[in-house]
Amino acid sequence: MYRYDEFDHAMVKDRVEQFRGQIARRMAGEMTEEQFRPLRLQNGLYLQLHAYMLRVAIPYGQLNAVQMRKLAHIARTYDKGYGHFTTRQNIQYNWPKLSQVADILDELASVEMHAIQTSGNCIRNTTADQYAGVTADEIEDPRIYAEIIRQWSTFHPEFTFLPRKFKIAVSGAVGADRAAVRFHDIGLFIVKNDAGEVGFEVWVGGGLGRTPMIGKKIRGFVAKADLLAYLEAVLRVYNMLGRRDNMYKARVKILVHETGTEEFTRLVEKEFEDTQGGALDLPAAEIDRIADYFQPPAYEALSDDPPALTARRFEDKGFNNWVRVNVARHKVAGYAIANISLKPVGVPPGDVTADQMDAVADIAETFSLGGIRVTHEQNLVLPDVRQDQLYDLWLALREQGLADANLDHIGDMICCPGLDYCSLANARSIPIAERISQRFADLDRQYDIGELRLKISGCINACGHHHVGHIGILGVDRKDQEYYQITLGGAPGEDAAIGTKVGAAFSAAEIVDAVETVVNTYLALRQPKERFIDTFRRVGDAPFKESLYDKAA
Amino acid sequence: MVQQVVTGNRLADGVVIYLGQDGGWTPKIDAARVAVDEDEAKLLEDIAKAAEKARMVVGPYLVEVTDAEGAVTPVRYRERLRAYGPSVHPEFGRADVPDHLRMGSEAEYVHMNGVAG
Ligand code: HEM
Ligand code: SF4
Repeated sequence: MYRYDEFDHAMVKDRVEQFRGQIARRMAGEMTEEQFRPLRLQNGLYLQLHAYMLRVAIPYGQLNAVQMRKLAHIARTYDKGYGHFTTRQNIQYNWPKLSQVADILDELASVEMHAIQTSGNCIRNTTADQYAGVTADEIEDPRIYAEIIRQWSTFHPEFTFLPRKFKIAVSGAVGADRAAVRFHDIGLFIVKNDAGEVGFEVWVGGGLGRTPMIGKKIRGFVAKADLLAYLEAVLRVYNMLGRRDNMYKARVKILVHETGTEEFTRLVEKEFEDTQGGALDLPAAEIDRIADYFQPPAYEALSDDPPALTARRFEDKGFNNWVRVNVARHKVAGYAIANISLKPVGVPPGDVTADQMDAVADIAETFSLGGIRVTHEQNLVLPDVRQDQLYDLWLALREQGLADANLDHIGDMICCPGLDYCSLANARSIPIAERISQRFADLDRQYDIGELRLKISGCINACGHHHVGHIGILGVDRKDQEYYQITLGGAPGEDAAIGTKVGAAFSAAEIVDAVETVVNTYLALRQPKERFIDTFRRVGDAPFKESLYDKAA
Repeated sequence: MVQQVVTGNRLADGVVIYLGQDGGWTPKIDAARVAVDEDEAKLLEDIAKAAEKARMVVGPYLVEVTDAEGAVTPVRYRERLRAYGPSVHPEFGRADVPDHLRMGSEAEYVHMNGVAG
């Protein structure tokens, strides 16, 4: 992974000291909250419902064991002993003290991490496919380009005060989108053109929030050398024309929508003509230099499906399930990608204790060449596991309560912090997630139901991605009571879709039953091999509405 | 008669606090000074504004409470969550909250339903 040079170290260190001074001035009364607020947000520090919240960036979701141990140490020393992995490859601490935040940032800087770019109206932490570099279905490693974008965008003077926040995601896989690319302000797919050259397909204007939109493809191919010039052209058009009068209409998705994709594209292309080939030209040598940081580790010559693995799978059903559900193909024979579900029954999705973080760091060193990834589904990944060690890995994870074999099933839901932490929330979401996971705790039942993406948000901002859930749940406040709206038919990935509301909202007491009704309706209607989303697409929402509402009427 | 208390977050650590009966600030809503009319509420607000200037509290505001259950209890559930919550991770939450007021993940939604009306 990319290593800071002297310049990077100095820059991050300076920033920590600058913020330390700003905190001191705030505490000494030399600044009001209004003056301090934008400064703390530039350093990832929010003031939420119960306490401060610090959001730390994990660029393209990649961590090493040393960094993970540092995150554990911070959780233990400065927080209440846990951290929360979010949907944008960040970790959030929910209880830091203002007086200690600079010390936390110092600790982070010592392992090449920071909280810059995790808040504010700038280009946020650029995310990528968590299987980057190890998956067989990949054209090229997206981390290289996410890193280049990170270097270009962090502290970019022209784009630090955009109309709103701006999010970029990159995927290099063919036919699989694990990064919800089309729901970002700019989504990049690495593609090959007819001439066999590798470049980028560019999607602009996706996003969730109160006006969810799938991005529009504005260019089929941008050459590698032009990547930054093209991104800059998009950002420049947005920065000039994006609305600033209304926060809810300030995202680039609204600009693309109101301008029209064709006209927006024309404006970008015009800007690009002026920028192309200039200072932003990305020479192959620079790409190679960054790519060197992502050289694959020294893999051993092994073969797939070693007898030891096969025997264990035969002997142990729990292990076999975990391999079947949580383990993915690696591009190198004899290796595997192992997913760690952070969704044990009855635990807030994405939360991990300091002890578990330490354990994951140890486990990564023993079993995964030290590498760890964070996914936008609030899970972790061990990217480089020898297949013949999967069983021992599973035992080690099980000891930590981290071997839940529910990936992409109903137990593996995305859930935002909701009213338990977030000051913007209208209702709680975590307790709903906990109750649904308890209701569907039986894994055999989950396997029978099959792939089912359930996502819960505590308000319309949709941090929990409910719009793109096969089943989405949105918390609303009705006369000071928590209610929950169900949407159906959303999808985050290669078959991107936005869900539609089925009807009136359910009370907190009713919502888990309602989810079960939706699931049972699907089970009654499905044809062989159909996933929930397939059945929904075939039959539409009528039968679901009927079972949810007609009976009661 | 509307009863109100003043709340905000403590600057140094973000903790939810209330203007107390003794004029100090406390994390315990039970120890909060309850204003029983608008005049008194205005007075509490003025004290809070001064405390904001003195860097004790961030963003103070009035919230409606009731003492129907024998304890000072916020009327709105968002404020009950601030007073007693969060409702998840009780082990990391507020140790000073009595069990019957703790926002447990199973029980409280029943409790919630009765309140709003
Ligand atoms: C204390 C305040 C907030 C909390 C706790 C919070 C929490 C989160 C979390 C956990 C995520 C997931 C990813 C990440 O870490 O970036 C997220 C993303 C998101 N946030 Fe927030 N957020 C806050 C403020 C806001 C505000 C002010 C807005 C907009 C009005 C907002 C809108 C969104 C949206 C729309 C996403 C989803 C991604 C997308 O834009 O497509 N959030 N937020
Ligand atoms: S969806 Fe709403 S409630 Fe949930 S974290 Fe985002 S802003 Fe907060």
